[in-house]
Amino acid sequence: MRINRRTLLISLAAPVATPFLTKLAAQSAASGNDTVLIQNATILTITNGTVKGSILLQGGKIAALGEKVLAPAGAKVIDGAGKFVMPGIIDCHSHIMAEAINEGTVSVSSMVGIEDVLNPEDVGIYRALAGGVTTANILHGSANSIGGKTIVMKMRWGKNAQTMKFEGAAPGIKFALGENPKRAGQAVAAGLAGVGSAPRYPATRMGVEDVIRQAFNDAKDYKSIWATYNAKLAKGEVVMPPARDLKFDALVEVLDGKRLVHAHCYRQDEILMLIHVADDYGFKIRTFQHVLEGYKVAKEIAAHGGGASTFADWWAYKLEANDAIPYNAAILVKKGVLTSLNSDDAELMRHLDKEAAKTVKYGGLTETEALSLITINPAKQLKIENRVGSLEVGKDADVLLYDAHPLSNFSKVEKVWIDGHMYFDRDEDISNRTKKDLEKKALIQKAAADQRGPGGRGGATAPTPQEEGNNQ
Amino acid sequence: MRTLAIFITTASLALVPSPVTAQPAATGITGAPAAGGDSFVIKGATVHTVSGADIPNGSVIVRNGKIMGVGKNLPAPKDMKVIDGKGLHVYPGMIDAGTEIGLIEINSVRETSDTTELGKFNPQLVALTAVNPESEHIPVTRFNGITSAITMPSGQLISGQVSLIHLDGWTTDEMGIKPRAGLHLRMPAIATPRGGFQGDSGDIPAALAARGSFTQAKQNFDKEMAELNEFFETSRRYMQLKAAQPAGFKPDLKLEAMIPVIEGKVPVLITAVLEREIKDALAFAEKQKLKIILLDAQEAYKVTKEIKAANVPVVLGPTLSLPINEDDPYDRQYTTPADLQKAGILFSIGTLEGKANLASRNLPYQAAQAVAFGLPHDEAIKAITQNAAIIWGVSDLIGTIEEGKWADLLLTDGDPLEATTTVKQVFIKGKASDMQSKHKQLYDKYINRPN
Repeated sequence: MRINRRTLLISLAAPVATPFLTKLAAQSAASGNDTVLIQNATILTITNGTVKGSILLQGGKIAALGEKVLAPAGAKVIDGAGKFVMPGIIDCHSHIMAEAINEGTVSVSSMVGIEDVLNPEDVGIYRALAGGVTTANILHGSANSIGGKTIVMKMRWGKNAQTMKFEGAAPGIKFALGENPKRAGQAVAAGLAGVGSAPRYPATRMGVEDVIRQAFNDAKDYKSIWATYNAKLAKGEVVMPPARDLKFDALVEVLDGKRLVHAHCYRQDEILMLIHVADDYGFKIRTFQHVLEGYKVAKEIAAHGGGASTFADWWAYKLEANDAIPYNAAILVKKGVLTSLNSDDAELMRHLDKEAAKTVKYGGLTETEALSLITINPAKQLKIENRVGSLEVGKDADVLLYDAHPLSNFSKVEKVWIDGHMYFDRDEDISNRTKKDLEKKALIQKAAADQRGPGGRGGATAPTPQEEGNNQ
Repeated sequence: MRTLAIFITTASLALVPSPVTAQPAATGITGAPAAGGDSFVIKGATVHTVSGADIPNGSVIVRNGKIMGVGKNLPAPKDMKVIDGKGLHVYPGMIDAGTEIGLIEINSVRETSDTTELGKFNPQLVALTAVNPESEHIPVTRFNGITSAITMPSGQLISGQVSLIHLDGWTTDEMGIKPRAGLHLRMPAIATPRGGFQGDSGDIPAALAARGSFTQAKQNFDKEMAELNEFFETSRRYMQLKAAQPAGFKPDLKLEAMIPVIEGKVPVLITAVLEREIKDALAFAEKQKLKIILLDAQEAYKVTKEIKAANVPVVLGPTLSLPINEDDPYDRQYTTPADLQKAGILFSIGTLEGKANLASRNLPYQAAQAVAFGLPHDEAIKAITQNAAIIWGVSDLIGTIEEGKWADLLLTDGDPLEATTTVKQVFIKGKASDMQSKHKQLYDKYINRPN
């Protein structure tokens, strides 16, 4: 690899940014084996109980699972004695990889999509993998009543963004209610999303409802204009096509049930409001996100057929989170709502298993119910349950190997497979550390030598004054 | 008294999570600690003393809020109330060695925050002054077995004095264990702001652009270091002047508060995150002859030799944190407690971080994560009990189950480091705490909403 001097300078000056090392990790961790047999393990299938036995990963799929599975020729055999196997964790709300979060200048930003700003070299991917996450729903931010389009990604670390997309997953869109979409223009509480920007309608929860209703009124008009045009076209009439509007294209997909709505919300009043709006316009809210007061209106969410994706125990970080309780997930589950736990945070994302464990204490969920919150339930919410979310023959080989029960706080992820390829291996990670440290040192020395040596300054790649400053 | 009596009857049946009488749901008013009732014996439980070996089928005798006996087959006074501990465990109450509990209620609402005063030097401010005993965070945190906490002002350089409080009490006076437990100082740093949403995916050139120049940051650092040294020198001169009492001497609140610090009677809690800041803190302590505790020393693992040599204790931040640098090992923060333990450094854990006051109830899980990554289990328990008590100078009062100490006890159905474990009852100074909280009340109310 040719070392670019400018990049070197950046990596020297900015300890947060070391593209070379990231790539190295990508190469090493992506080494996998297409046929893997894990034997003698405790296998938590999620959907079909616990099996003490073996699981075979072959051709990217779970090929066999049972008390005894024979190793095919050439299979790599892993002794899982004392270890636990479970399906890869699915995070229904994440912002890793996203290099932009909010198109905050308008309150309906359905014309933009997070798909266009994904960074496949975000180290957050690798860290999430190390915490057992294999699939994540990457969302637009919450500054808009109707936000941007969302996308489901597999954590195929080392691949490009296009290849990381979860093939065939239904497209989604972010909605947001309450404090965030009404915050634009607010002068206080600096640091929160929307603060410091220009004032913008809506400024109240009433206005948020109005913005959403108006957007769908307009989308319905848009849809009927196109329907009329297409009908005339079909009859052979000579007509000019109406103008395309990307904003309404996405909303028409919502009306047609082709794009899943993931709605950021907190208080019970706004949750009910959105249910009423969705009912009036004839679409469904696929997941209520955060939904920290969901437990107050679990009955209504269940009747709407909506899902809930929440935190295990976050609360009080803002006023609308003040009635958040750690029993939220358990109440929602018990009242028949399809519920998942999500992270919305690159750190929390690394221990969703431990978050799930809390629901055993707070509300008394069973171990399987708790693990379902981070596996099969989010898979159903994202309509990818035919592919992932449980250990069943024929499903994608997205599999985790733990050194102890995943709901124990003393357990950790040892290996992660996606599509049968190993993307994280703790042993390999540890054994590579010395090599990476040496490479980093060598790069730093080379950069320092380049700067000191004759001709080290000046030339086509001379550092900008900014970079010089950082290197002093 | 009533609380405890009810608890005992329930205890003999198979304890339910909340042994306390039901409160009217969602009034926002949690029950007050029971009056009296601070003499009892817990029998037949596994007693985890922390100071010594675990005692299976053991007893703990509590009289007037203090532990009077710990052991097997202890003869308990005849008329003493008996709590059946069969199948249960007794642990010392956990201590969160760094929080903002009671000082802030809702992060984004300025009116509910009393953590940060204006100005660079505020040694005269005392956290306990602003602790709200009715804070909903207190019962919520206590619910998981945290019985005491350091609560801290924060700010620019010297933000005030941290207070060690009990997480129960009718008033701040009742809650305070040590109102002036330490002086909180943030070590000047060569600040280099980082880019990226949630610090996880910074666009490199943009992040660089946001940093401002190194020269600028260094100038600011030098200025703050000079101001800091000058403030300590001034404090010393004030102390001498006060001793001499010249005509016209006027007391000064700020400098007066510095005297116990200069004398080494009150430790300085120094926030020092990176290697450079930790080294600066050690050098500063040496130069100013201070007794210090390092706080949130995320890169302490790089400086273990120096920290050990200086015999300085460390209060680590949450184990469940992202690594500082992109190329740090993914488990960098998870292994730091084990690194310090191996180096023989006395350490504890504080749940500080941006979400400080909401995270305190997860203190035991911060310790547990370190166990998953190499810290011996008993050392993890020690870190959040005995070690914290030693670091904050109250090991004669709390931190272990030993005769003569306050009965800050937990009765649990398992290992408190596991999230699946329920703390059945908390005792603070022998009083059974109300195990209700806003969260439990809202649960009780809404789980019963008719379908």
